[in-house]
Amino acid sequence: MNTLLVLPILIPLATAIACLMAWRSRTIQRIIGVIGAAGLLTTALILLATVWRQGIIATQLGNWPAPFGITLAADLLSAIMTVLGSLMGFTVMVYSLGSIDRRREAYGYYPFFHLLLMGVSGVFLTGDLFNLYVWFEVMLMSSFVLLALGGEKAQLEGAIKYVTLNLISSAFFLTALGILYGMAGTLNMADLAQLAKATKYPGVATTLSMLFLVAFGIKSAIFPLFFWLPASYHTPPVPVSAIFAGLLTKVGVYTLLRVFTLLFIQNPGYTHNLILAMAGVTMLTGVLGAMSHNEFRRILSFHIISQVGYMVMGLGLFTPLALAGSIFYIIHHIIVKTNLFLVSGVAHRLQGSFDLEKLGGLSLKAPALTVVFVISAFSLAGIPPLSGFWAKYILVLNSLQIESYPIAATALVVSLLTLFSMAKIWAGAFWGEPPDSSTSTVAPPSAPNLFTKAVLYGPMFLLAGLTLTIGLMTEPFMALAVRAADQLMDPAPYIQAVLESRP
Amino acid sequence: MQPVILTTATRYLMPMLLLLSAFLLFRGHNLPGGGFIGGLVAAGTFILHNFAFGVQETRKLLRVNPLMITATGLLIAMGSGVVGLLTGKPFLTGQWITLPLGKGEGLHIGTPVTFDIGVYLVVIGATLTIILALAEGE
Amino acid sequence: MNTLIAVLVGVLFGAGIFLMMSRTPVKLIIGLVFLSNAINLLIFDAAGLTRGIPPIIATGAETMAGSSADPLPQALILTAIVISFGVLAFALVLFNRTFKSLTARDLNELKATDT
Repeated sequence: MNTLLVLPILIPLATAIACLMAWRSRTIQRIIGVIGAAGLLTTALILLATVWRQGIIATQLGNWPAPFGITLAADLLSAIMTVLGSLMGFTVMVYSLGSIDRRREAYGYYPFFHLLLMGVSGVFLTGDLFNLYVWFEVMLMSSFVLLALGGEKAQLEGAIKYVTLNLISSAFFLTALGILYGMAGTLNMADLAQLAKATKYPGVATTLSMLFLVAFGIKSAIFPLFFWLPASYHTPPVPVSAIFAGLLTKVGVYTLLRVFTLLFIQNPGYTHNLILAMAGVTMLTGVLGAMSHNEFRRILSFHIISQVGYMVMGLGLFTPLALAGSIFYIIHHIIVKTNLFLVSGVAHRLQGSFDLEKLGGLSLKAPALTVVFVISAFSLAGIPPLSGFWAKYILVLNSLQIESYPIAATALVVSLLTLFSMAKIWAGAFWGEPPDSSTSTVAPPSAPNLFTKAVLYGPMFLLAGLTLTIGLMTEPFMALAVRAADQLMDPAPYIQAVLESRP
Repeated sequence: MQPVILTTATRYLMPMLLLLSAFLLFRGHNLPGGGFIGGLVAAGTFILHNFAFGVQETRKLLRVNPLMITATGLLIAMGSGVVGLLTGKPFLTGQWITLPLGKGEGLHIGTPVTFDIGVYLVVIGATLTIILALAEGE
Repeated sequence: MNTLIAVLVGVLFGAGIFLMMSRTPVKLIIGLVFLSNAINLLIFDAAGLTRGIPPIIATGAETMAGSSADPLPQALILTAIVISFGVLAFALVLFNRTFKSLTARDLNELKATDT
């Protein structure tokens, strides 16, 4: 039982160590990397099944009883996020085999990739706020290295912006932690949740919640704190972009969901309405930014921001159904967004550019890629019956039910604009005439061998298949999201599981 | 051109500093000290060597890539956590054994010490990786 | 003492943020150092300063006699120091590499990846 909670952290760590030990051999690192990622995915799935059957589980590291030691705890939300994180880890890991260049492999791409996965799992599973900070830093350190690895000029410049703003966000987080510890004398989330209900200083709690909102807001790239994202996400190699796009901002959203359902619920009229307003503006700025760009990955980067708005919107509405919508949206979004970045990588491979004006005619050249893109892009825009439609449907339905009309209108308009900018990629990259190859300065790409083709297309087909499955068989996924949301709305079992867990 | 005073002093200082770092490491078990501070002192020793003799010499002295030291340290630290798991307790639970030394005396060793040794190696490896990279960039 | 440290924290925060707004990369890093030190002091101060009563259970006793200093903040601060040490060392290498390969002089010239 308690082993199961530690394994999602131990497996990537062991994999990273093994990759470091095999520093000289690319081949061994690649094999270990894939095995480790597959092992992580399996463990995460078992964890999800266990939590689904047995309810919330917790373990006390070092056998120190809560709230004195560090607790690891998994409710359904943690388990779902761990599964998604490891699924993205696995697919992107396989994709990397065919697209990461030798130089980056030789300088430690695989060890740091797995350390990143370790940090992400740690964030999802920890039940202690200071420990959360530590996992954040593990994740950030590895992401810094992955972002800068290779040392191209644009990469270094993007890395500087990313590093600086994330350090500032960590500073906010740590400040909030210090004040919170001074106030409450504990950093165990379950213990804090108990104290938060009976706090004598709701005003200070609200102030603190704003510090947390800024810290996690920077990480999850909500308006007005998102500027680092479009300045850095399009610079590293595609697999790195894809794993960042799929996971990192969603880690921020996860912490927001956790903190604003467990700790800061004293004054939802202020905090959650503010979050709702920020969500609306985030959606709008994100999609407007996307519309004004002509580069594949920059468009996708801005869409991340706009989509984060939808996820945070559910938190702002703060009803069980809206939270279920948020969780469902995260499930849908992580899969689709990672897949779109993977598509952009293959498009770049075929045409040698990310610029929509230099792409074109891909639908003739690569019909399989086109199918994957259509499924993902239409899902992102929310076309029925794909997964994005259901996610948006619930959120909009719920905001209409509780008569929150402005946010419903924003969500619908943004959805339409998303379709517009996906159509722009469609028209620019997939339809239209292929660029005149005689004037193109790019060398024609070497024909990939069968292995490369398999590792590039395999993950994309898997993710596109999942998108279709979620869209066509929504019921089980929705049941999962609803139950996870119920657990968030009623923290009593979580508190009980953490504080009373005996090894 | 190597500064004579620095190189000579470094030769004598290095063993003492390394001894001090090991002392700090083991003292940390019950008193102030520990793997982190000990590791920093050890890394500082090699940085001193780097100032005196240059990066190439330091790399030669280390024999292994500093990243390998980090990996070994991580492995030891993780291993001492897993020992707890293997006995059916949660991860990182302290486990102790007493090595008999005869005459009824015994050496009491446990996983917190091995964990600290892991930290010590990680700190040396990580610090040297960064410092040597900076030194080579100049 | 509490007030004094609180003032010091404020000054460090102010100085750190002021330095971070400068165009010079080195000043940005020094600003980050100030900021992380300010936060460590803040944790130290917010958790309460207790003098002269270490949290050590006397030999033979089962529990602590009376109140004592809280041992956790120093552990939190030590962790935070270790992390900021690592992150800042990385940032230093990154800035060094960047400004060498871009031949840029200050942060205002980093505009190539902006949108």
